Amino acid sequence: MQRSATIAVLVENEAGVLARVIGLFSGRGYNIDSLTVAPVDEAGKLSRITIVTSGTEMVIEQIKAQLDRLVPVHRVSDLTLEGPHLTRELALIKVMGKGEHRVEALRLADAFRARVVDATTESFVFEMTGNAEKIDAFLALMRPLGLAEVSRTGAVAIARGSSALAA
Amino acid sequence: MSATQAHTPAATEHRPGAEVVLRALKDQGVDVIFGYPGGAVLPIYDALFQQNAIRHILVRHEQAAVHAAEGYARSTGKVGVVLVTSGPGATNAVTGLVDALMDSIPVVCLTGQVPTHLIGNDAFQEADTTGITRPATKHNYLVKRSEDLANTIHDAFYVAKSGRPGPVVVDLPKDILIKPAPYAEAPSKEEPHRSYRPRTEPDRETILEAVRMLKRAERPVIYTGGGVINSGPEASRLLGEFVRLTGMPCTSTLMGLGAFPSSDPLFLGMLGMHGTVEANLVMHGCDVMLNLGARFDDRVTGRLDAFSPGSKKIHADIDPSSINKNVKVDVAIVGDAGRVIAALIEAWKADETPVAKEAQAAWWKRIEEWRGRDCLRYVQSGSIIKPQHAVRRLYEMTKQDGRDTFISTEVGQHQMWAAQYFGFEKPNRWMTSGGLGTMGYGLPAAMGVQIAHPDALCIDIAGEASILMNIQEMGTLAQYRLPVKVFILNNEYMGMVRQWQELLHGGRYSESYSDALPDFVRLAEAFHAKGLRAESADQLDDVIREMLAHPGPVIADICVAKDENCFPMIPSGAAHNEMILGPDSEGNAKSVTDEGKVLV
Ligand SMILES: Cc1ncc(C[n+]2csc(CCOP(=O)(O)OP(=O)(O)O)c2C)c(N)n1
Ligand SMILES: [Mg+2]
Repeated sequence: MQRSATIAVLVENEAGVLARVIGLFSGRGYNIDSLTVAPVDEAGKLSRITIVTSGTEMVIEQIKAQLDRLVPVHRVSDLTLEGPHLTRELALIKVMGKGEHRVEALRLADAFRARVVDATTESFVFEMTGNAEKIDAFLALMRPLGLAEVSRTGAVAIARGSSALAA
Repeated sequence: MSATQAHTPAATEHRPGAEVVLRALKDQGVDVIFGYPGGAVLPIYDALFQQNAIRHILVRHEQAAVHAAEGYARSTGKVGVVLVTSGPGATNAVTGLVDALMDSIPVVCLTGQVPTHLIGNDAFQEADTTGITRPATKHNYLVKRSEDLANTIHDAFYVAKSGRPGPVVVDLPKDILIKPAPYAEAPSKEEPHRSYRPRTEPDRETILEAVRMLKRAERPVIYTGGGVINSGPEASRLLGEFVRLTGMPCTSTLMGLGAFPSSDPLFLGMLGMHGTVEANLVMHGCDVMLNLGARFDDRVTGRLDAFSPGSKKIHADIDPSSINKNVKVDVAIVGDAGRVIAALIEAWKADETPVAKEAQAAWWKRIEEWRGRDCLRYVQSGSIIKPQHAVRRLYEMTKQDGRDTFISTEVGQHQMWAAQYFGFEKPNRWMTSGGLGTMGYGLPAAMGVQIAHPDALCIDIAGEASILMNIQEMGTLAQYRLPVKVFILNNEYMGMVRQWQELLHGGRYSESYSDALPDFVRLAEAFHAKGLRAESADQLDDVIREMLAHPGPVIADICVAKDENCFPMIPSGAAHNEMILGPDSEGNAKSVTDEGKVLV
């Protein structure tokens, strides 16, 4: 049985750490559905990597154990397993078109709470946050209306409630 | 590496980076390093020249430097240290690094690098060493700032030896070796590492659960691996105590040989592809299996879906990623093998669950029947030397000799015969390339062992093909007067390849004949060593005797039967109860499916 897992990894913010994580996934044949990374502490010494992956339970256990034994890794947390959590992704979406299509795109963007962050007479750039499904759904609607370009961040995630993942 | 752990006292003296490197090595207890010079590491060689605390052994190829460091590490329990130059020096070391990674051997390898301002410019002898060695090491570092230099080296030693040990590379740009750098003492043992803190102490509840399962077991087995050796000699002593306390049968992987004495009646011999019948049938038929520091490697399990089908499995390993990787287990114990065994002993004594004595006695009866098949039997008749007999005689004669004996091997049939016919009574006496199976490992490894144990008997049991892969190290033996004995089981074939071709590929011996071999006796002499040859069975003992008596390095060319196969054998893709016992046993190659043939 395959499942999806959103894994948060706290790492030392040092050269090569992302290569280690990615090399682990490619070297051992694990999937990466999305991966994001950025420093998260004041001094810029810690980074948080959010990986969305999928596999059997045994494979996901392996992924976590393999991540955890990397030397610069502080903590590994399987948000999917550990309880309710929030997932967000940011997308910038360029739609080109004129007339009816333009009006329809704006109307749908409004319904999806996508903001217009750039506009010309022939194009819009929408900014949208949400989970991956919401963005996918919006993109599907934009396709016939002149969807031209998409840039997505990949998921970031955090557990709900009062517990915190710290080094 | 960041300078987060600033142990730098306020007013430290600054010394050239190369000196700081040597001081850090010295503070880490290093007394010998194996290396090969080049432009990028000249500052370190200059610093080495001006001190006496650290001895440098000049190898003839960087791969050999790493294997020598592995031999040193495996025979002493200390970290082996390597020094190589940038570019080709570093790339030549890669095979050794992967070898150490696969067998969990603590090694610190210092590599030279072009100066920081040239990194990325395709400078002369530049290679992306940290990139290349990332999957070849447990961890690696590129030192970009002088203030990180000393701390990085200390960190490298900590990482190499703690948790599951492994090789660590520290890449040192030449400007960092020349510029003055501050020294920093190694952090104290109590100070936790910023991110890497492997768990060594097992969970008591889980230990108790394991003990109860073992006591109730009707057909138990203890299966041990390299983790017991890596934990140190105390772990092996405790293993002996535990096995005798429980009276349970004990088998070992290739890597674990010597942790439990081979002469003990509770020992079943090695398990796996070329393991004994009794060991493999016990694994197949047991109801509770205790794995101590082994990793359910494919050489051991055979076909996974048929591996020990009816057993509950307890797995103790220091590396949580080894648990449930290949085989799903019922009880997982994370911890250092020595601590785990100590806790098992304590819990066994305290717990009152009755032992299933009668059932276990019946189990032993079956085991004795299997053992009675005497699967390692061979007949030495006529003048052609059987390779098994050569190893057996070597074993018996070294036992009479009485010196502490260390055996290394190359890779192939001779390696398996060494594992099967040489008895190991103590840990750290057996060095073989298990995980990577690196031909060319044995001679440099023996060299490293001999450096650490100058008075011991160090023998490389070799094949005629493998030995040529690092034969240049005969020069190192000569230079340092290292009396290593190279005992070649010369079958004029890449025997293990030939065996697979015979059993799996219709006897088409494609490129497995060792043609145009050198005259090993004269080759030895060219390297200032003694060369001996045994061509018939009646010469064998004399050659071994002369080899053992000679005070310097020796190559003994033992001309053995050319077509002998290594049995028992579990063909790839088969289960433990589908062993091929010998040339006459039924099924043989026919039992190997295409599915099996794809396996290595
Ligand atoms: C570096 C390397 N290349 C290739 C192999 C594949 N291989 C395994 S055993 C073997 C033959 C070894 O021949 P020899 O050293 O004569 O040993 P024998 O099997 O005859 O005892 C080969 C080629 C290997 N293990 N290592
Ligand atoms: Mg051979």
